[in-house]
Order: sequence, then structure tokens, then C-alpha cells
Amino acid sequence: MASLRDIKTRINSTKKTSQITKAMEMVSASKLNRAETSAKSFVPYMEKIQEVVANIALGSTDVSHPMLEKRPVKKTGYVVITSDRGLAGAFNSNVLRAVYQTIQERHRSTDEYAVIAIGKVGRDFFKKRGMPVVEEIVGLGDDISFSDIKEIASNTVKLFEDGKVDEIYMFYNHYVSAIQQEVTEKKLLPLSDIAANKKMTSYEFEPSQEDILAVLLPQYAESLIYGALLDSKASEHAARMTAMKNATDNAKELINTLTLSYNRARQAAITQEITEIVGGASALE
Amino acid sequence: MKTVQVSVVTPDGPVYDADIELVSAKAQSGELGILPGHIPMVAPLAIGAVRLKKGNNTELVAVSGGFLEVRPDKVTILAQAAERAEDIDVARAEAAKKRAEERLQRKGQGQEDIDFKRAELALQRAINRINVAKKNF
Repeated sequence: MASLRDIKTRINSTKKTSQITKAMEMVSASKLNRAETSAKSFVPYMEKIQEVVANIALGSTDVSHPMLEKRPVKKTGYVVITSDRGLAGAFNSNVLRAVYQTIQERHRSTDEYAVIAIGKVGRDFFKKRGMPVVEEIVGLGDDISFSDIKEIASNTVKLFEDGKVDEIYMFYNHYVSAIQQEVTEKKLLPLSDIAANKKMTSYEFEPSQEDILAVLLPQYAESLIYGALLDSKASEHAARMTAMKNATDNAKELINTLTLSYNRARQAAITQEITEIVGGASALE
Repeated sequence: MKTVQVSVVTPDGPVYDADIELVSAKAQSGELGILPGHIPMVAPLAIGAVRLKKGNNTELVAVSGGFLEVRPDKVTILAQAAERAEDIDVARAEAAKKRAEERLQRKGQGQEDIDFKRAELALQRAINRINVAKKNF
């Protein structure tokens, strides 16, 4: 049996760990709150742009734009959103596993796909496996604004416009609730499933429909990426919060077991001492 | 006087929302003035100021990239970035202007054109912000 002091040390170190995980849990909870707020303030923009895009793209049949058209797929782009730091449970590994499996299923060689990595964990994962990472961004803080990711978003859209990739998918954790996040695969380009709106308006176009689509569609695609990123951020904090809560609970359980065995060992030591004294005394008689 | 509801929305949240008598914005094809009751219209915007007039009061909003959606009772400006005149950080804009100018001066020294295009746009945005902040319109 471990000595009294060994057990005492273990109890102390577990206690310290649980304090840290408890603090991290609370930090993540408040960050989750903020992430939810910024995701919420993005909603009006997204709704509006979706409405206008749907109106223009579906309102008239003679409209065409490269971003709306399917073309033979020679190369596929994957936007993968992960976090920069670990300690978030299965948050990153879920996404990465999904992407990895998809790529293995769909492609035979590294020429057929390209990865756009947002977040350090994902970037390192793909680089380590020798997969082509064409665009990357790391070091995004917890409070992201659109200008932070504007560059990578427009570069990604440009890959499609320049014909370097023929379709783009996004992989990220969708925030369902504080205890549930879902790995989601979403087709970003070409824009196919634009939700039809009931209240159609026929617009005047200034100067022309094509010119407007040329401005509107890239902006729409970029905001889809931003929306996914906000979603993923909220999921990250939620996942980290849950992971840290589990860690704290586990630590508490461990402390309980350890305290129990500490008391038992102490009692055993006392009993042993008494037996020794009694034994010694009876030997003298 | 008749008014129209105007909202300026960016990915980071709504920036402006009020009832206005006259909206004037710089579209890519030229200046646009919009009064209440305008027919539905969509127009892409250039980097510039949006003027919102109510009574004798004119407010300015700096807009970079985006478009304008008009309905008879509502005008929506969807921009990737927009600030009201009083929210603009002039020092930051000045710094951005300087940075962009420095980059443009290095033109023709073997760098790619894309960088200059970007620097030019950055310069435009910075100048626009400074002008709006100082109400130079």
C-alpha cells in the first residue's frame, strides 16, 4: 500500500489540477456567452444577403455567373475549421477524422484536393500527413471580427474563381447547444442550395444584373465562411467547457477515493502501532 | 415629411438603424440619392460615405465594399465594414493610410500587382474613413 505521504501528495496535486480545470471551465463559459452574442449579431446580415441573393439568382432564369454553375470537378477544396488550442475534448479530432475519411474515400492522389486550414490544430494535422494546405490562418483570437478573416475568405473564393478548384466544401463543428456539437459538411461553392424565399421582389438593377452578381456572390460566399467560423467558435468554447467540467468532476471523484484510502492507511498505521505496543507490553509480563 | 427606414448591417452586427428622409450613397456607377417610396433596386457600392439626412441633421457613415438594397419602405446597406463618423478611430485610419502609401511607393520594384491593388484599396478606405470622421463632405 502506498505510504501516507504519497497519498497526501497525490491528493494535493489532484486538488490543484481540479482548481485549474474549474477555472478553465468558467472562462470557457463566459467566452461561450460572447461567442453566442457575436453569432447572433451576424444573423441579420446573413439573412439579408441570403434574401437578396435568392431574389436575384432565382428571380430571373437568364442569369448566369461562374459561381452558380457546376463544372466538371478536377480538384476539390476543403475548408477545415479547427481551434488553435487543445483541451477541448473531441472537438478537433471529430472534425479532422471526418475530413480525413472523406478525403480518403473521394480522392486517390494529393493532386485532386487542397486544404484550406483555419486553426492551428487542423493545419498541423494536414501538414504532418503531407496533405496540400494551400491557405492557412492561425492565431485568431476569441473575439473575431470579419476583418480578421476577410483575407483568407476572399483568397478561398478566389481559388474557385480562378479555376484552381472546382468545388469547395466546409467542415466545421456546428453549435447545436452547450452540450451538443455536430460535425457538419457544407458545400460552399458552387452556390447551389440557395434557400428560396417566399416574398420575391423584382428589383431594378443599377447598373446591371451581372455586375451586381459579380459583387454580391463573392461577398455571400465570404460571409458563409465567416458564419461557419462563428459557429465553430461557439462550439469550441462549449466543447471546452464540457471537457473541463468532466475533468473537474473526475478530479473530485479521484480526490474522494484517495481521501478514503488515506484514512484507511492512517487507521491501519494506528492499529499497527497499538498492536505493537500491546505486543511489547505482553512480552514483558 | 415622409421617411424611410434605413439600416446599415455588417457581419459584425448592425451599425445604424433609423428613419431617414434622404439617403445618398456612392454606388459604383455614380452617386445615388434615394427618397422614401423608391422602387425596389439593388446597386453595388463603392468605397465612400453614405449620407443620411433627417430634418437639418445629416449623419455620415463610412462604408467599404458592399451593396444597397432599396424597397419602398426600407433601405438596407450590406457592407463588409461600416462605421459611423463618431465611431471612427482616426489615428488608426491615419496609420493605415501611411502604411498603404509606403507600400504604393515601392511600386515597380519587382513585387506582384495584387499587393498594389490591395494597398490602393486600403488607401481608399483609410482616406474615406478620415474624410468621414472630419465630415469633409
